[in-house]
Amino acid sequence: MIIIVSVLIIIMLAAAVAACIFKDLLSATIASCMVSLIAAVLFFFLQAPDVAMAEASIGAALVTAVFVIAIRRTRRYEE
Amino acid sequence: MKKGVSIILLLILLWGVVAALSEMPFGKAKLEVAGHYTDYGKEDTGAANIVTSVVLGYRGFDTLGEVTVLFLACIGLAVVLSTLKKQGCGARQTPSLILNTGFRFLFPLILLFGTYVFMHGHLSPGGGFQGGAVIASGFVLMYLSVPKIKRLNHFVSTLFESVGGLIFLVIGLIGLKLGSQYFLNNFLPNGEFNTLLSAGIIPVIYIAIGFKVGSELSKIIDVLLEESE
Repeated sequence: MIIIVSVLIIIMLAAAVAACIFKDLLSATIASCMVSLIAAVLFFFLQAPDVAMAEASIGAALVTAVFVIAIRRTRRYEE
Repeated sequence: MKKGVSIILLLILLWGVVAALSEMPFGKAKLEVAGHYTDYGKEDTGAANIVTSVVLGYRGFDTLGEVTVLFLACIGLAVVLSTLKKQGCGARQTPSLILNTGFRFLFPLILLFGTYVFMHGHLSPGGGFQGGAVIASGFVLMYLSVPKIKRLNHFVSTLFESVGGLIFLVIGLIGLKLGSQYFLNNFLPNGEFNTLLSAGIIPVIYIAIGFKVGSELSKIIDVLLEESE
């Protein structure tokens, strides 16, 4: 159990750092979506299924959609 | 000079934080209400899900505030975006076969799951906000896969939004009139514990919130996409 959680946390931290340093904004958005998804799994392991459900649907689906639409309107690559 | 002032300000801030934290007893429960919620939530509100009994039973007024914030955000977004000029973007890529087939298979199931989540908010994890967000993510999938975007009917989504909010307010006011003198008083019978028709007004309000949040969030995505066409 603790191994699974630690592996998840390490992946989540890596995704968070990647979201900060990526120059391609679409990749950064997908990385931040991954952070939300793993956060939802961790909330479920911490016995908070209500929060996990909200995090999965809002953080992973809707916020990503809003970011992707914004990138489509502007530029994809950061200078 | 500037640095000296900022260091003094930082020290004052630090002193304030330390003074505030040193007042709190370490390792003891700071609030007695939390214990009351877990001990008596079942009898007081009749909801099997303790989170729901707090969100809509004890703290229903705060939930009304949250719903209002979401409503204002949706209106504000629509107003701000309607003032912008429509710009042309690149051509849309046609969705692949996998996306189309997956959409046809998953869309009804996602809607069904969202409805289940907000109807059983007082029994199982979830509630109006979560169910509404699940429904809105189903609509995001629809916008991704349908090649020529079918628009949401804005009249219908606005109708669901307004009626959902009004049901919440009216039920709260009925409780204020019928029971003791507080807003969102539970005036319906609690019913048999852990059945669908239990917990008084909670399922009614959660169904209203589910429709409201679902139509609001899908409308936000719809408005954003409309502007980016």
